[in-house]
Amino acid sequence: MEGTSGWARFRRSEAASGLSMIAPPGLYVILLLAVPLFTVLFVSFYTDGVTETGAKTALPILTFENYAEVWTKPIYRVLMLRSLMISLSVTFITVLLAYPIAYFVSFHVAPSKKSLWLFLITIPFWTSYIIRVFLWKVVLGYNGVFSSVLERTCVPFTDVCVLSEPMSFLTNGAVAVTITLAHAYAPFAILPIFVALEKIDRSFLEAGQDLGESKFTTFVRVTLPLSMPGLIAAVMIVFIPTVGDYVTPDLMGGGKLPLIANAIETQMLKLQNRALGSAMAVSAMAIVALVTILFLVLNRRFLRGTSR
Amino acid sequence: MKRVQRKPWFHRTYAVVYLIFLYAPILLLPIFAFNDSVILAFPLEGFTTKWFGEMWEDAQLFNALRNSLVVALATASVATFLGLFAARASTRFRFPGKGPVLGLIMLPLVLPEMILAMSLLVALLAIGFNLSTFTVIIGHVLFTTPLAVAILTSAFQSLDRSLEEAAYDLGETPASTFRLIILPLVMPGIVSSFLICFTVSLDEFIISYFLSGTEPMLSAYIYGQFRFPANVPKVMALGTILVLLSICLLAIAEYYRRRGIARVGGKSSGGVL
Repeated sequence: MEGTSGWARFRRSEAASGLSMIAPPGLYVILLLAVPLFTVLFVSFYTDGVTETGAKTALPILTFENYAEVWTKPIYRVLMLRSLMISLSVTFITVLLAYPIAYFVSFHVAPSKKSLWLFLITIPFWTSYIIRVFLWKVVLGYNGVFSSVLERTCVPFTDVCVLSEPMSFLTNGAVAVTITLAHAYAPFAILPIFVALEKIDRSFLEAGQDLGESKFTTFVRVTLPLSMPGLIAAVMIVFIPTVGDYVTPDLMGGGKLPLIANAIETQMLKLQNRALGSAMAVSAMAIVALVTILFLVLNRRFLRGTSR
Repeated sequence: MKRVQRKPWFHRTYAVVYLIFLYAPILLLPIFAFNDSVILAFPLEGFTTKWFGEMWEDAQLFNALRNSLVVALATASVATFLGLFAARASTRFRFPGKGPVLGLIMLPLVLPEMILAMSLLVALLAIGFNLSTFTVIIGHVLFTTPLAVAILTSAFQSLDRSLEEAAYDLGETPASTFRLIILPLVMPGIVSSFLICFTVSLDEFIISYFLSGTEPMLSAYIYGQFRFPANVPKVMALGTILVLLSICLLAIAEYYRRRGIARVGGKSSGGVL
């Protein structure tokens, strides 16, 4: 980094030391994250300079054409709405299923075993994402694992089974995509809720019960509100990334249930229309941001006074 | 817990069912990898190791694997290196702009991966950069640095500042203090961060797919194989090995993460994130 004399000078102020310390990762993200994000915003406002002959126009032309296309073509509205609906249902299901697990680990597992449980919960999340998605297809598909298990789940000594012949659970692409995504983002939802539950002062709960609340009302009136910051974080951390997921709809829906992310991928990679793709991405992120902000505003009373 | 509680059998049952749900796809991997049939379905057809043999003879696969290993090694090194600076800055110093810069560093955790991948693609192509494994490394570092920062921050957080001050009083420079006192204490955190970033990079798909250009990457190769049903059992064999490798690396990472927190006198509060 700096020479020794420069380093000695830097040392005198804490701010300078801090700034020089944050400089390497800071510059990296400014150059390779902030600048590219602004490039996308910029690109979305100009006509793709490449003409049919492959020549580039000298200067980008400022235009709202891309946005006009994204916002007026019915197909993109359908894709966006479908993406939003799937992301919202994935978020709802994931967080709903995750809360009891986080609660169990925080309240009913011995402190020495907590990290082991969290480790077990996070392991599947670190393993290859596309292989996991594909295996869900194997589980839910025609004559898949789920179907064969149900075919063998019979009333004893009779031929009456849950399923009489193989069937596919993939025919409803939305359900299949939702299950797969809910599986993929489970740890993301569990961890923030767990952290919030861990912070709750256990004496509050005892106080609640000493004052005559039942276990259930203690949960509703004390535990749940105090864990809301974690719940809100879980909702955001599942909702935002799922909107950008295109592997799952591609593999599970077999291309029959494209989402907005698939349309962006098609524009960016297959059609090389980066301007239109960028406009779509910016629009999608703007809508996601709007929904997220709305959600935060609705829940602002739970976030007051928490520093995180 | 001083109150004696009834056994929470409901929660426990739910937790076990939930774990089965989480692990179901992974547990199926080895079953189909050793199953003597091209079709992935029950009933099983018999035991075979031929899919592993087929995998072993696939030159394309090894080419992709080599690229992915190089990318994962480079990514883990750079992300851990950058994470060290960020974690040290965030736990030790106060400076103007701290919140926004750290926020930007952590942003890839919540940003859809695709947005990350496409913005890099647009920016790199705009300045005339050719796509290669190098561009994948750039993307993976962005994606994994937040994980490194999270792991290293918890290692730095419980570091006793008086150790550092004692070193200064004994005439050490900041650089030598860092090397002699701080670095050994956070070493387990560094190992843990390296292994986690390595595993994530090896398995990552979207950024690899967008930024690799014509270079084959392991995850993109796997994705491509799913289009050919005859190749799927081979991918199951490969997946079995990858998942085993991941679990081993993560277990080692977890061991070091806990040891790191214990070494600086803290107590482990939970998982990696």
